[in-house]
Amino acid sequence: MPDFLLNALLAGLALALVAGPLGSFVVWRRMAYFGDTLSHAALFGVALGLMLDVNLTLAVTVGCVLLALLLVTLQQRQPLASDTLLGILAHSTLSLGLVSLSFMDDVRIDLMGYLFGDLLAVGPAELAWIVGGSALVLLMLIPLWRPLLAITVHEELAKVEGLPVAAIRLALMLLIAVVIAVAMKIVGVLLITSLLIIPAAAAQRHARTPEQMALGASLLGIVAVCLGLALSWFEDTPAGPSIVVSAAALFLLSFAWPKR
Amino acid sequence: MSEVLLRLDDIHVHFARQAVLEGAQLQVHRGEIVTLIGPNGAGKTTLVRTVLGLLEPDRGLVWRKPRLRIGYMPQKLHVDATLPLSVLRFLRLVPRVDRTRALAALHEVGAEHVIDSPLQKISGGEMQRVLLARALLREPELLVLDEPVQGVDVAGQAELYRLIGVLRDRYHCGVLMVSHDLHLVMSATDQVVCLNRHVCCSGHPEQVSSDPAFVELFGQDARSLAIYHHQHDHSHDLHGSVVVGKPHVHGPNCKH
Repeated sequence: MPDFLLNALLAGLALALVAGPLGSFVVWRRMAYFGDTLSHAALFGVALGLMLDVNLTLAVTVGCVLLALLLVTLQQRQPLASDTLLGILAHSTLSLGLVSLSFMDDVRIDLMGYLFGDLLAVGPAELAWIVGGSALVLLMLIPLWRPLLAITVHEELAKVEGLPVAAIRLALMLLIAVVIAVAMKIVGVLLITSLLIIPAAAAQRHARTPEQMALGASLLGIVAVCLGLALSWFEDTPAGPSIVVSAAALFLLSFAWPKR
Repeated sequence: MSEVLLRLDDIHVHFARQAVLEGAQLQVHRGEIVTLIGPNGAGKTTLVRTVLGLLEPDRGLVWRKPRLRIGYMPQKLHVDATLPLSVLRFLRLVPRVDRTRALAALHEVGAEHVIDSPLQKISGGEMQRVLLARALLREPELLVLDEPVQGVDVAGQAELYRLIGVLRDRYHCGVLMVSHDLHLVMSATDQVVCLNRHVCCSGHPEQVSSDPAFVELFGQDARSLAIYHHQHDHSHDLHGSVVVGKPHVHGPNCKH
């Protein structure tokens, strides 16, 4: 197997693994649009990173975190509904990113790569970031799992029972921000949320516990990555969209599979 | 009198410049069932949220017994249909709960048959019992129940109130509950607090049910429940404000 394909496979598998449990929370807590907004803001993070000449994964993570904090503040301060706010922030940060990038004459960047991913161009350094970031998120999820489930079921009940609800909610946002930064290279900012929600939605029909759904989503994500890369390799299709198409196909198949 | 678990005094809460609570007070002792009644918008839920520490009052004193363990039963529980969660797993969200303890708690509330059912598939009455079981798993000193019989048929309601009384005796905990249905509450409670932004009247159910303030809040139908009478000395407009113009004389049960 050529190096670039191996790198792509490892990066994709790492992301699929972590996207399963995290994506399940995105589905349960109805945060799909939130994820979309954060990933659109990722492009602004890229522009920021290039401008300040810092590591792009780091810049994107910081950008997403700042946006999440801005969103929480805005939600508390004014009466617009969350989806309106998310719509404003998603598209203005995406546009802000595109506009800022156009100002940088001396930087040659592959815009399509950021928008739709450039999985086959993942180098060893980037692979290390992707695997490291995914591992970090998985490790953080272990102690957070039960508190996260508790606040997903009923936030006030969790708070009365002594859980630091605001901190846990913030932690979930941070983890999503890290995953988005990691996933940007793989499927691009416009497709990131699909990797979070499609495998989780596909696993949902056949899961009987939260853990089954999370693991099932990871497995389906892994299958989608393998199928997508194979499609890309044999038919010369773009890798990121191929993975998303494979995931969507698995989702449709989950309906054909008889429910227990 | 037994140990005081909770004391609230002169609680004021405003939402968007609208007064929700104006000088409400409340006390719950160990082993006592206190029921909050009042019309919609009277601030019952706001007062309960203050008790639970979910809401900081603008003004007033909130005192809880140090390290008071509260078992809270929320008004309703909406779990997203996509979250595959059995009743057992729901109960195990409380730390240090295994199947045996969960089953024991469900047995206490008479709902052990739903232990492996998905949370979204059980009936309203079963859900209320499961929520009560979860509150019990905290080994509460104070049970806070926000409309515990919501979505339960009439026979089930009486049964549930009876159960709350039994649990109070067994756990020797204080119980604070919010309720709408008057006559069932009256037989199941030690202390009734009639709230309409402030405490209009409070005391033993027999006293309160005949309090003119109570009759005024709940209408003449409530009088059929009345057993005892005393003089009420102020009136309320539709928003529950004390009507000015009529001289207000504090009566024996008047708490503001």
